[in-house]
Amino acid sequence: MSTAAIPHDIDPHPMTGMYNGKFGVWLFLASEVMLFGALFSTYILLRVGALDGTWPMFGAERPQGDQVLNVGLAALNTVILIASSVTMVLAWASLKMKNLAKGRLFLIFTFALAGTFLVVKYFEYSSKFHHQLIVFNNPYTIDGKEVTHLTGHIDGESEDFVNFSPDTPDGSHGEHIRIDRARIKRLHNWGPGASTFIDIYFVLTGLHGLHIIGGMIVILYLFITAGGMWKGQSEKFTNRVECTGLYWHFVDLVWIFLFPVLYLL
Amino acid sequence: MASSAEDIKKHLKVYYMVFSGLLVLTLLTVGVSRFHLSVPFAVAVALLIAGIKGSLVACYFMHLISERGMVFWILALCAFFFVALLLLPSLTMFEEGPGLIKYGTGISGE
Repeated sequence: MSTAAIPHDIDPHPMTGMYNGKFGVWLFLASEVMLFGALFSTYILLRVGALDGTWPMFGAERPQGDQVLNVGLAALNTVILIASSVTMVLAWASLKMKNLAKGRLFLIFTFALAGTFLVVKYFEYSSKFHHQLIVFNNPYTIDGKEVTHLTGHIDGESEDFVNFSPDTPDGSHGEHIRIDRARIKRLHNWGPGASTFIDIYFVLTGLHGLHIIGGMIVILYLFITAGGMWKGQSEKFTNRVECTGLYWHFVDLVWIFLFPVLYLL
Repeated sequence: MASSAEDIKKHLKVYYMVFSGLLVLTLLTVGVSRFHLSVPFAVAVALLIAGIKGSLVACYFMHLISERGMVFWILALCAFFFVALLLLPSLTMFEEGPGLIKYGTGISGE
């Protein structure tokens, strides 16, 4: 089988000013902007249309996501992702300076930081599935105070009752109380389906997480194949790292906007 | 864009400076949110900081500052449709009344 050389895979195309692969990645990123743009638009639509006291969760005093999400973990993840963007650009810079060993080192650093991001995200997701919301049929009296709903953790349950540790204002767990099931209107965790905000939170962060996994696969592939491709095709390999970097910085950029929109506003 | 090894060496310092700037702006984002400002002001400040951070990433890490030509036309088109998408809810969300659905609730407006 004959092989035809792909034009402008290293040198810039006169029309676009960049090699074809890089131009292709920019076009792909433009389509990604529209994908996330549609979801951001959905977020605005849902938030503006939410009834008072239902955003981010039933019974919320103010409409900020920090009441149900962990800002500390998200801020940590922001720092991790920014650091991974730096290691990614340093991997490309090292390859440009003909230092393969350093380039590979920065690639694996990027991979490790991406993995750390997902581990932090796992803990964040996991806490949502263990956190519960109880809505009562009628106001329930606790310590002389009437409440319509409670958030906290289930310590134990049977067919007739639920042992529940309500959240306290300082973020710790209160002493557990026994609640008759007949008084409970709704009981569910903070996973998908808990509220409109939680749903859009899982959609946006889940899609972003899938992009992280996709990027990790490509970075690992580049790390594994670096040695072989570097011999004779070093410039092409450097360009591949640059294109992957463009994608990776875009994933970082999306998170830069997701963080304040979901967690702080 | 920088092509020679010497050019790249000069750029390393810029990458570290941008990294520091992004960390400071992240701290600022979290710090400002602690003041629980009024919603329109909080949105404006948070999106302004996010915009600056995004520009730093796009300009320096993605090297957009040294690109030229067609990519800017593509991004301009993309930005136009992105803004149109974000404005789309404001064109529809005021339609409430009997028989119409109030968005986000699944409850009919009576």
